[in-house]
Parts: sequence; structure tokens; C-alpha cells
Amino acid sequence: MQDDLKTEPLLKLGLDALHRELGGRMVPFAGYDMPVQYTEGVLKEHLATRTGAGLFDVSHMGQVLLKPKTSLADLCLGFEALVPADVLDLAVGRQRYGLFTDAAGGILDDLMFANRGDHLFVVVNAACKAQDIAHMKAHLSAVAEVVPVTDRALLALQGPGAEAVLEPLAPGAARLRFMDVAFLDWNDVELWVSRSGYTGEDGYEISLPQAKAEPFARALLAAGAAPIGLGARDSLRLEAGLCLYGHDIDRTTSPIEGNLAWAIPKCRRTGGERQGGFPGADRILREIAQGAPRLRVGLAPEGRAPMREGTELFLGSDLVGRITSGGFGPSAGRPIAMGYVPRALSAAGTRLEAELRGKRLPVTIAPLPFHPTTYKR
Amino acid sequence: MKYTQEHEWLRAESGNIVTVGITAHAATQLGDVVFVELPEVETMVSAGDEAVVIESVKAASDILAPVDGEIVAVNEKLVDNPGLVNEDATSAWFFKIKVDDLAVLDDFMDEDEYNDLIG
Repeated sequence: MQDDLKTEPLLKLGLDALHRELGGRMVPFAGYDMPVQYTEGVLKEHLATRTGAGLFDVSHMGQVLLKPKTSLADLCLGFEALVPADVLDLAVGRQRYGLFTDAAGGILDDLMFANRGDHLFVVVNAACKAQDIAHMKAHLSAVAEVVPVTDRALLALQGPGAEAVLEPLAPGAARLRFMDVAFLDWNDVELWVSRSGYTGEDGYEISLPQAKAEPFARALLAAGAAPIGLGARDSLRLEAGLCLYGHDIDRTTSPIEGNLAWAIPKCRRTGGERQGGFPGADRILREIAQGAPRLRVGLAPEGRAPMREGTELFLGSDLVGRITSGGFGPSAGRPIAMGYVPRALSAAGTRLEAELRGKRLPVTIAPLPFHPTTYKR
Repeated sequence: MKYTQEHEWLRAESGNIVTVGITAHAATQLGDVVFVELPEVETMVSAGDEAVVIESVKAASDILAPVDGEIVAVNEKLVDNPGLVNEDATSAWFFKIKVDDLAVLDDFMDEDEYNDLIG
């Protein structure tokens, strides 16, 4: 049989066998074969994370070390030329959220970056990692060695029970506050731990050598963490009002349109000590000053019908926007969504209509997040 | 009980009535059901018409009318509590359809044939 469809073979996670043993239903995601859910199903996995501790395998994400060639300050300033964030003043042991922007002011990817004393550690999205690494290599060659980390798994442990699960295994975890990073020890294995995640809950992200990932994951499960798939990861981040790259933000959306102005500090804005100097600064700083033409907002569908990505939003007969993420919020107990609308229609409480299966249904602009976050600040 | 290729179960009742639900296998494949939109009672449907919209946490799908007839009852409980479909798919019926002759069920699979289908 002729194979005309040249589909890339799916990459397997290091914990593939464990996912299958735990009853994971595997689906393709960002080029990887990943568990979308385990035996409990999305709803129960979502709620287990909100009430206890959930274990997510996010090893598909890109981990990258940036090692300074001259000084860390030079590296930080170089990184600031790619990311509209305050990198220079990031304290040792701290992490921030940032965005790679392009010359037109669009978003190339969103990322986390941490100051680990003598270098930076960066975590980027799986679907963008090859492009991000090439981007960093192309622009940071004078100031940094860009070293992709390919031999370490990345696990997220999320929920109010996360600290009680991790502290006995890796003492020191409890001392960390939200967005702290540290090297912790588990049975002589070096864990790279950050107190962060993407569920709106307190919790950790833990990088460790792939060879040790399975026994460590089993230890977390034995300590009471529940395995959680991509389905619940998506509903958790949506309730927390967090963007999914490629859906809620991409090259066609600016950080200001994406309602991510909070990620751009004063020192990089007009009048700041290191104003501008990042790709797309003209547009982005103008939108900070004047407002963006459209904004990402929360949307609360009335009634019970979920409104999913791609659903069109109307004011009267005018098409005014589109949903970029949507579904049922298990903790909210109702359908929730995010999408883009003109700035004039972005105030909470504004009523629009969404077209669903040929019918117009009411939907109201809602404040984000849909579920309160519980970060340990 | 009879079964369709679309993973519905069909139960013959007195008065030429067929009760329609989805199988436990279908409910598992769909995942947690979060929304059900039922047809209106007294609607005339033809086999293959979209009768019910069902949404799980993952996706929207349809339940098709398996036979020609008139919708004579719908299970409103599912609108308020869609999770009943996952709890017990064989008691979570969606609608009842009145047919001319229950012999239309003869063409559908019996339990053994359905179990072979889902293997």
C-alpha cells in the first residue's frame, strides 16, 4: 500500500509505559502520544486536582538552559531583547512568566524563565520548542550558550495537597513560595523544583533525570497524588483564565490584546528604565497607552450548552468576535469560555450572542478567572 | 434489547413504542457527559435524523433517530443531570419513539452481535 500521507511518527514520553499501566487513554498532542485521561475521567480528575493533588506528565514541554558567555547581566539584557519582561532584576531563585514577541507585536510563544544564580532556566511550549530554541540561538549567540535539556522529565504536581505530598519526599518544598525555584534532593536525585503550574492551584513543577522519573512518579502516586490527563489540564487552566498557546494567543494576537499586559513591567514600558527594545515594541507600547482594538475576555454562556473554540460571537447581526477556548468548567459547574471581542464590548456584564448549531444563545462577558486561584504567595 | 451501529440501545415497549439510549461502551468513549439537548415531544422523525445533541467534556456529538416515528416522550432528568448517562447508560434513556410496527427492530443487532462489534 502506498503511503502518501507523510505523518510524523508520534514521540513517546519517557513515562509512556506508566501512563498505559494507569489506564491512560493516549491521544496525539503536539507531536507526542499523551494521556488525555485515565480511568477516572476528565471531570473527576479535574476535581481531584482542586481538592487534593494531581500529577501531570508535562515532559513534552521544552526545557532549555541559557548559560552566560560573558556575564549573567549581559545574558539577562540579551534575553530582554526577545521578551518584554524584567529579566535583569529577577532575583536568584525566582521565576517569571514571559512572552516571545515578533516584530509585528504578535506572540511567538509564552514561557517561564528562572534565575538559577549563574544561568537562566527556560520552559517553553512543546509545539513551539524547536522554533523557540532556534530563535534563542539566532539572537542570543553573543551572550549565551543555548542548551536544550533533553534527558530530563518534567512533572507537575498541582492542588492543595501538593505540598503535603512533596515535602516528605523532597524536604524544602514547603519553604518555597509561589514562583520560587530551588534544587531539592530526592534519594540523591537532583530535582529542579518551581512552585508554579498551570491549573490555578498551588503546586510544583519538577524536572528530574528521565531515568529516575518513573520511580519518582510512583512515589508521588503512592503518597496520594492522582494521575491527571490533558483533558483536565485543559479545563483547569481554562477555569484559571490561563491562555493556551495556539488557541487563545498566537502570532495574530498581541500581548495587550491577549490581556497579558500584567506580564510587561513598568521598566519595559514607555518612560521605564529599559523601555521598549523588544520585538514589536512600537505596537505593544502604543496599545498599552491607547488600548488594543480587541481584547481577550472571559465568557459565561447562559444555559448549559458548552461553547467551544471557533464559536462566533454576535452583537445583533454583527459578527464581533470568536471563542478561542471553551468547554464545561467542572468546578464552576457550568460552561465557560474565553475569546476575543472589540474593546468597546469587553466590559464584564456585556451581553452578546453566540451561534451554536444554527441558534443564537446569550453569552455574557465575565471576569477572569472563573475559579479563584490559590497560589501560595 | 437491540443495538445500532451508532451504539444506541433500543428497547421495545407496549404500544409500539421504542425507548432509545446509548450503550455503556458509547458513554465510556464519549467521556463525562455535560450537556444534553432533547427533541421536542410530538416531533416526527425519520431514521438518521439528528434527534439529540450530547456534549461530553471533550466534544459534541449527535444521537440519531434509529427508526421512523413520532417522539412521544423525552427524559428531562438528563437535561438537569447529564452525568446520569455515565453512571448507568442502560437506564439513562433519551427518548421514546412510536413506530408503526415493532418489526422494524428485527434488523438491528442483538446483544451478542453488538458485543462482537465492540470486541
